[in-house]
Amino acid sequence: MATYLEINKKQVNGEKWEEPFYLNMGPQHPSTHGVLRLFLELEGETIVNCTPIIGYLHRGVEKLGENLNYNQAIVLSDRLDYIASAANNTAFALAFEKLMNLEVPRRAKLLRTIACEMARICNHLLWLATHALDIGAMTVFLYCFRDREWLLNIYEKICGARLTHTYVRVGGVRQDFTQEIIDDLYKFTEEFPSRIYDYETLIDVNRIWLKRTKGIAVVPPEDAINLGLTGPCLRGSGVYYDVRKFRPYDAYGEVNFVVPTGKNGDTYDRYRVRMEELRQSNFIIRQCLDKLPETEGEPVLAENAPDLLMPEKIKKPEPKPVPKKGVIFRGADVPVVPPGEAFAAIESPKGELSVYVVSDGSNKPWRLRVRTPSFVHISAIPYMAKNHMIADLVAIIGTLDIVLGDSDR
Amino acid sequence: MDKLIFTVIAAVILLVIALLHVAYLTYAERKIIARMQQRLGPNRVGPRGLLQPIADMLKLLTKEDIVPYGVDKPIFYIAPLISLVCAGTGVALIPLWEKFVLSNINVGLLFILALSSLSAYGVILSGWASNSRYAFLGGLRASAQVISYEIAMSLALLSVVLMAGSLNLIDIVKAQISSPYKIYLIPQIIAFFVFIISAIAECNRVPFDLPEAETELVAGYFVEYSAMRFSIFYLAEYFGMVVMSALAVTCFLGGWVGPFEVPYIPFFWFLIKLYFILFVYIWVRATLPRYRYDQLMGLGWKVLIPIGIVNLFLTAFLKLIV
Repeated sequence: MATYLEINKKQVNGEKWEEPFYLNMGPQHPSTHGVLRLFLELEGETIVNCTPIIGYLHRGVEKLGENLNYNQAIVLSDRLDYIASAANNTAFALAFEKLMNLEVPRRAKLLRTIACEMARICNHLLWLATHALDIGAMTVFLYCFRDREWLLNIYEKICGARLTHTYVRVGGVRQDFTQEIIDDLYKFTEEFPSRIYDYETLIDVNRIWLKRTKGIAVVPPEDAINLGLTGPCLRGSGVYYDVRKFRPYDAYGEVNFVVPTGKNGDTYDRYRVRMEELRQSNFIIRQCLDKLPETEGEPVLAENAPDLLMPEKIKKPEPKPVPKKGVIFRGADVPVVPPGEAFAAIESPKGELSVYVVSDGSNKPWRLRVRTPSFVHISAIPYMAKNHMIADLVAIIGTLDIVLGDSDR
Repeated sequence: MDKLIFTVIAAVILLVIALLHVAYLTYAERKIIARMQQRLGPNRVGPRGLLQPIADMLKLLTKEDIVPYGVDKPIFYIAPLISLVCAGTGVALIPLWEKFVLSNINVGLLFILALSSLSAYGVILSGWASNSRYAFLGGLRASAQVISYEIAMSLALLSVVLMAGSLNLIDIVKAQISSPYKIYLIPQIIAFFVFIISAIAECNRVPFDLPEAETELVAGYFVEYSAMRFSIFYLAEYFGMVVMSALAVTCFLGGWVGPFEVPYIPFFWFLIKLYFILFVYIWVRATLPRYRYDQLMGLGWKVLIPIGIVNLFLTAFLKLIV
């Protein structure tokens, strides 16, 4: 992109120069999925250059987390990727549990896995809805929202909230499922595959949809790795990588599922991967539900899980003064959380979400760092959008599945 | 003098009926699409939301008319009117019945085609005058789209003209009735589909709504318009739909003629056919995604126009032999 100085220089030197057509897309735009701003240099309708500008939704989640105790920091994680908050909760909780050496009960692990996969289905449904709407298919949008509503109602029964529910706690989950919820989930998992089939009949055989997605924004596997893509975007390019398989957390080690991969790495393949993931998530939920009766009656929160309001200090009982030449031995504070660092990565619906936390012994994280998939994916937009048209750019933003709350933090 | 007064009264009645049709077309569209998408649609204003179009009109009339800084004012003001006048005039030429057509001119078909080409000027000028890059891109898209689909549409209609041997719309319907097929849909099925596709493109409707592509260009050419000027564009779009559907009914579906006579309502069959084609418009909108700009051009130039030409030659050839 020519800077102002370069343009000025060319004008002064009298060089023949045509001003490119600049278009400022966003931050208020119906299809930039929030407040993403894209500065486009166009040639006709073809994109020559594209500069994403982010930060319009920056809330300082990491810094805020350093001023709250560990249990309170989990609440912030809901606000990262507000579409799939259970996954974010889990990432935070896993890192904190590693730090505190907590052993999570098996039932809590299963419940967490169910919550995470429900979040994945919610996320992918919303993704499909908005992606289809961006490309112009309005009906798919409303069909997806209808089914997402179903899941959100189940979430509401589980913990009272629909989007930012903070269901996952350090050391387990907030509360057990009631029988009603389990019945609801069984009903959902039974019916959902036919709903997926419905969506596919709406768009998969549609020639316009195929024309708009096949061969658009092709990312070869090497480039996908170099760009730092994760999740369905990476698997769409044919790279077999899934944190759930490679470093299983929670109950993912004990369930069967297939990691779908694409071939060509275009928008259509990424769409196919996500549709397949919907089926797999449904399958995982079903398996976890079947395993729940085995753990009937177990607690859902680890015994030594920290209190909700973590004490700032634990006073060591003062040792009896040893009469030794006037030296008074003072009891030092016992660290609330063992000092050290911990790292946890999960497969969030959008990609790999990892949390790194450093503790200095107090009840608050000394440093909290979150690596969010959306942030990395936005950086891939210029690569993918080059030499595509404006209409494709909208499809590209959709296919990357970005949420600006996730990226700006 | 009597004739003039009669014409004026007829024109006013026709305009009111057409406006009502346009208003309730928006209502029908919202209701039908809502039904297809498992929603309710408008249901608050009046019984079953039947007064919604009137409430919308009142709202739009009372809104502040914002003229942004830096627009080319005369063109900005006149562009929506060009669209509306060009789209609306077509209603006068459509024969609703053998004995009811407001202006029975010998080149009716040609006149409607000319009007629909002219209405593109409204879109182009509004895009140009708005001083907005989105509107500019929308205007550019519109001009390219209208030019390329105009040709396909004319080719489709030319085959009808060849068969009927007249450009007068009443004569075309009469020729259809006296032909062995009764309606031209049967011999001219290819032309019919070419015509319907180009008519959808001509009216900037989904899947060819590129000039106003909401998710790409926000609202395209009328992004800077507000209040009544904004709704005039909408009126023009729906008028265009009605005129194009009426043209399809006249040229391909046999106009006012039906399988049996309905007493006292001479327009009955015409309206039924008209509503069916309008329903197809709405149905398509609920089903299909949007084309990309270059794909749209490809469809126009590489598919529709060749098919139209082949069909035209075939028609001419058959007419020579038979």
